[in-house]
Amino acid sequence: MDTQKFVIRQISIFSENRPGRLAAIAHALGEEKINILAFSIAEANGFGVVRALVDHPEKAHDKLLSLGFNVAFTDVIAVRMKDQPGGLYEVAKILGDAGVNIEYSYAYSGKEGAVLILRVDQVEEAIKKIKNSGATLMERSVFH
Amino acid sequence: MKSWDPRIEEMPKEDLQRMQYKLLKSLVYRLYSFSPFYHDRMKEQKVHPDDIRELSDVKKLPFMFKRDLRDNYPDKIFTSTQEELVRYHVSSGTTGKPTVVGYTQNDLNTWTTSLARALTSLGLGRGDVIQVSYGYGLFTGGLGLHYGAERIGATVIPASVGNTERQIELMQDLGATAIACTPSYLLHMGEVAEKMGVSIKKDTQLRTGVLGAEPWTDRMRTRIEDWLGIKAYDIYGTSELSGPMFCECIEQKGFHIWSDIALAEIIDPQTGEPLESGQKGELTITILQKEALPMIRYRIGDITTMDDDICACGRTHPRIQRIQGRVDDMLIIRGINVFPSQIEYALMAIPEVGQHFQIVVERKGALDDLLVRVELNTGSFSDKINDLMQVRQKVEHRLRNSLNVNVNVELVEPGSLPRFEGKAKRVIDKRSL
Repeated sequence: MDTQKFVIRQISIFSENRPGRLAAIAHALGEEKINILAFSIAEANGFGVVRALVDHPEKAHDKLLSLGFNVAFTDVIAVRMKDQPGGLYEVAKILGDAGVNIEYSYAYSGKEGAVLILRVDQVEEAIKKIKNSGATLMERSVFH
Repeated sequence: MKSWDPRIEEMPKEDLQRMQYKLLKSLVYRLYSFSPFYHDRMKEQKVHPDDIRELSDVKKLPFMFKRDLRDNYPDKIFTSTQEELVRYHVSSGTTGKPTVVGYTQNDLNTWTTSLARALTSLGLGRGDVIQVSYGYGLFTGGLGLHYGAERIGATVIPASVGNTERQIELMQDLGATAIACTPSYLLHMGEVAEKMGVSIKKDTQLRTGVLGAEPWTDRMRTRIEDWLGIKAYDIYGTSELSGPMFCECIEQKGFHIWSDIALAEIIDPQTGEPLESGQKGELTITILQKEALPMIRYRIGDITTMDDDICACGRTHPRIQRIQGRVDDMLIIRGINVFPSQIEYALMAIPEVGQHFQIVVERKGALDDLLVRVELNTGSFSDKINDLMQVRQKVEHRLRNSLNVNVNVELVEPGSLPRFEGKAKRVIDKRSL
């Protein structure tokens, strides 16, 4: 199975925890006509990490780097969930049973259903188990 | 390595000290007779010029402080008339009212001679192109280095500070072999050059840095030398002594204080007692040759040590080690003395963070709280919060070990802390004591 097509490049940005930092990041991406498809902010004492799925990750990376931001790429996967009670449980159970640990996750729910974005410790393994269970993994090409 | 004036610079120590004694004696007589300020000071101290019978009797003389210059603003203690002066310099006044220094033509000549010896001692001379990126104007750095560099026959680029991109272009186009500026400005130039796609190491002729006007560390020297491919030398002086006066020689083991120009002492800042050679204390200088604004036992407020052994370069004049802190910059955190230079030194050893930092001191309840902001280096960022927490803990741990006080560290974005083109102001003390 070609698992690579399910690996999605998320960009992560180091940000100080003070007013205006998210606006600065969002403004830079807007200027480059980069669309943000999903995003989250993780907060730790005094700083945060902004994580986003965008339609042009390379362009976003270069733009933010040129502005002096600390930017990194991280591989994540995206699973379509049933937008109904128990939907998250189904996905979480597959990974839990397989011994795959979820490092962090965030989700969005749009008109085409709900999507769970996952950063896991064993990407290949997670992709195989989710495919075998019959759940739908979204391909990288959907995002970028 | 040749000397600018071998007769003076390599003079046997006994002869040098004899010369110092004669100069001191005549200085004290002159000031006692002609300067109301020094006359009164010596009377208060109950010392008469006849009490100066050997060089070590200098310790009988009263101290002079920066506040004496402020209290006598602008020129009340000058010993020359305005007609005899050819120039003024004015200090920045960052720690209070500005101070004014006047120069006769002889004073300028002495200053320039001091720098001509110093620049020669670190290997510069005719054929060198020296970019002077200290501020020109009221600040002494620009004009001081300018005339010193011209005197040794080098070609000067009077670039002053600012407009950094243009400075880098000039450095390349005119083939600068040396630069004189603050170490933090040179680091800033290195960063700007890289953004322009220029490697100072590979794309320029630069091989010497004459760096001063702010405290820096040996580790910062190593970083500058490795990164920029130059030899970095410490230069020292303050406007009250004329300006930048003394440099490290090629040995890089402290700057030579020319004994015929200045008499250096290291004293205990609390008691004022002279300390033995090698002990750490406050640098105190008597300028032996100065007409307009003589200085007897001027307490600069810099903490350092002195080495009076003959240098490997052959010069017999004592060396002052790199300045390790300021009597007045010293922060007292929960009763412990902390120098910003210690923080800088500790940060240099941590690759995950940059060399710029900011210190914020607050009083929380009854306790002092020390916060150090450091920039997370590009390339040290991982997406994982845990990794970032570990970097922060590592910095906190290292700082606590070197300072002996608890430190909170805040990781900030690269490039977000203020850069300084003049003197760095890295401490924000919010305590209202």
